[in-house]
Amino acid sequence: MSSTRKANSMGIHQHANPAADAADDVLLRVKDLEVEFNTSKGVATAVNGMNLEVKRGQALGILGESGSGKSVTARAIMGILDMPPAHIPRGEILLEGEDLLTVTPRRHRQLVGSRVTMVFQDALTALNPVHPVGRQIGELYRVHRGYSRRDAKAAAIKMMDKVRIPAAAKRVNDYPHQFSGGMRQRIVIAMALALDPVLLIADEPTTALDVTVQAQILELLKEQQEERNMGLILITHDISVVREVTDQVAVMYAGRVVEHGPTAEVLSRPGHPYSRGLAASIAGEELKGRRLPAILGTPPDLLHLPAGCSFANRCAFASEACAASVPALELIDEARHSACFHTSEVLAHANA
Amino acid sequence: MLGYTVRRILQMVPVVLGATFIIYALTFLMPGDPVAALTGSRPLPESTVQQIRLAYHLDDPFLVQYGNYMLGLLQGNFGIDFFGRPVLGLILERLPVTFALAMTAWVLKLAIGLAIGVYGGLRNGQAGDHFALVFTVIFLGIPGFVIALGAQTVFGVQLGWVDPAGIRAGWPLAFILPALVMAIEASAGLARLTRTSLVDVLRAEYLRTARAKGLSPRRVVWGHALRNAMIPVVTYLGLSLAGMLGGAVIIEAIFNMPGIGGLMVTAINNKEGTVVVGIATMLVLVYLVFNLLVDLLYGIIDPRVRI
Ligand SMILES: Nc1ncnc2c1ncn2[C@@H]1O[C@H](COP(=O)(O)OP(=O)(O)OP(=O)(O)O)[C@@H](O)[C@H]1O
Ligand code: SF4
Ligand SMILES: [Mg+2]
Repeated sequence: MSSTRKANSMGIHQHANPAADAADDVLLRVKDLEVEFNTSKGVATAVNGMNLEVKRGQALGILGESGSGKSVTARAIMGILDMPPAHIPRGEILLEGEDLLTVTPRRHRQLVGSRVTMVFQDALTALNPVHPVGRQIGELYRVHRGYSRRDAKAAAIKMMDKVRIPAAAKRVNDYPHQFSGGMRQRIVIAMALALDPVLLIADEPTTALDVTVQAQILELLKEQQEERNMGLILITHDISVVREVTDQVAVMYAGRVVEHGPTAEVLSRPGHPYSRGLAASIAGEELKGRRLPAILGTPPDLLHLPAGCSFANRCAFASEACAASVPALELIDEARHSACFHTSEVLAHANA
Repeated sequence: MLGYTVRRILQMVPVVLGATFIIYALTFLMPGDPVAALTGSRPLPESTVQQIRLAYHLDDPFLVQYGNYMLGLLQGNFGIDFFGRPVLGLILERLPVTFALAMTAWVLKLAIGLAIGVYGGLRNGQAGDHFALVFTVIFLGIPGFVIALGAQTVFGVQLGWVDPAGIRAGWPLAFILPALVMAIEASAGLARLTRTSLVDVLRAEYLRTARAKGLSPRRVVWGHALRNAMIPVVTYLGLSLAGMLGGAVIIEAIFNMPGIGGLMVTAINNKEGTVVVGIATMLVLVYLVFNLLVDLLYGIIDPRVRI
């Protein structure tokens, strides 16, 4: 009991501090987050000074090539990294003003699964094979809200209806393996939406699905996000998905956000050489459902990150300054941030 | 689940037929003449021998003998031995001892093996896990009869806590030491399997989901991990029960317990086919019934096999 009270008072205290967050409706603010993995070969820096912001009702896309740290960031926010081997030497993850990295474990469990939730890439492995789906959804109501078994089941059926699983009442006792891939992902989404979260993180929610089903799942996510005025983080490789579903996009490279801003602007007039590379390759090309276009060169070794800009070895704009220090993520126009010493040149090139 | 149960029971029929046939054939083909074995060094008059051979259908073709035997078996008739005693009675007199020993050992093994395995799995890579590993390596390495004789000497003879042999003290007192000896040896493998299985499951994606739901560590382990970790363990437990019956026969001899093992040895020496086949058939039936129970349990804990 006492720890609940302590957690609450901490919450209030935290709210009082970043008053600005409450004012402009910032749900999530990730500040200078670092995540390292102890591996047999040394320490790998998977997330390296990550900054991110999601507002109420906003859909944020996270784009980035494989290994850029998208999933690790999502897991860090949810507190589901395996520690060890992971550890978080620095940073803040503020959910509605409360730092998820410093709250008590008990408070953390109150927030995760209820205020902030996650949809995983592969619904088949994400669901427990030996529990009926209704029980897996209902568990959230039982644990977080103290529902009785019966009420939890009724609530689970309602959620299954909501994500448009046909004959929900009849299928509530079925097991994950008895559903199709698309229906399974709907069940995972039902779990994520069950407690009315303020923020939902979807990590490549359609990668494991057929193309036709992909569109339906994205539509469902978008529709629910708008209906609930919820924050949505959509991690994907698919630029066309980012363009259709998100308002904001964060482009990640080597564990950092290198550009962050309104989706249309970032994709049409990129301010960072890496986003420029991505955007250039979509011009005129049919990209739907494709992985991120390959950009010449290889990403840096996470075990030995360079002292300067991580993109320097692949960058056409690189200068001496780039190898010396790391560019900070700075405001480049009203709502856009970029981490590059030569943003103005990049923008000028785009205009030319 | 009902369909699954019925199917599993029907699948047992050919197994019973096949197993009894093989046992019967092996017994029938045992070298030596049963009547000669019965009479020992004093030969019987030829007419008496003929009478015995006739009464026990010893001269009928093998398949006819087997057919008759199976017909009797279907009516619960296991036949009679050379002294005219019903074989079923002989078995039922002895079986409870073997059975009590095997079951006691099995339950002890379950408790010890699961406890150590779960403990090791949850402490994966930490000191507790290493302790569990040392335990399993030691007991996997020592032959069972060495542990048995050692325990008998120390606890039975030197300390005198229990009778070193016999079952005068009844259940559970007379059974604890032999059962514990069997259990400790057998639990090492179970502990190992449980630990490996649990470590695997703890890495599964759905446990990440469980944590992302804001569940307590206890709920994650007991509600989501253990049942999945038990799936391979249950299969193993079914097989191990048969091993326990076999092991009980040996331990019975060491601790001088009047179980089915002694009966079997006497019957084989006397070439008493009906008794040998009766015991073997009974063991097969017991084994199949346990296997069925385990399969049903398996179907309960893993919905994916219930198709
Ligand atoms: N358990 C781990 N141990 C060691 N390194 C890890 C571990 N998990 C992730 N990493 C490292 O962290 C980096 C970022 O991984 P992450 O999964 O976040 O990439 P991603 O951007 O999601 O890529 P993808 O698009 O392929 O999903 C990778 O280079 C990976 O090697
Ligand atoms: S800072 Fe330099 S190397 Fe890095 S992206 Fe900008 S121009 Fe390229
Ligand atoms: Mg990923």
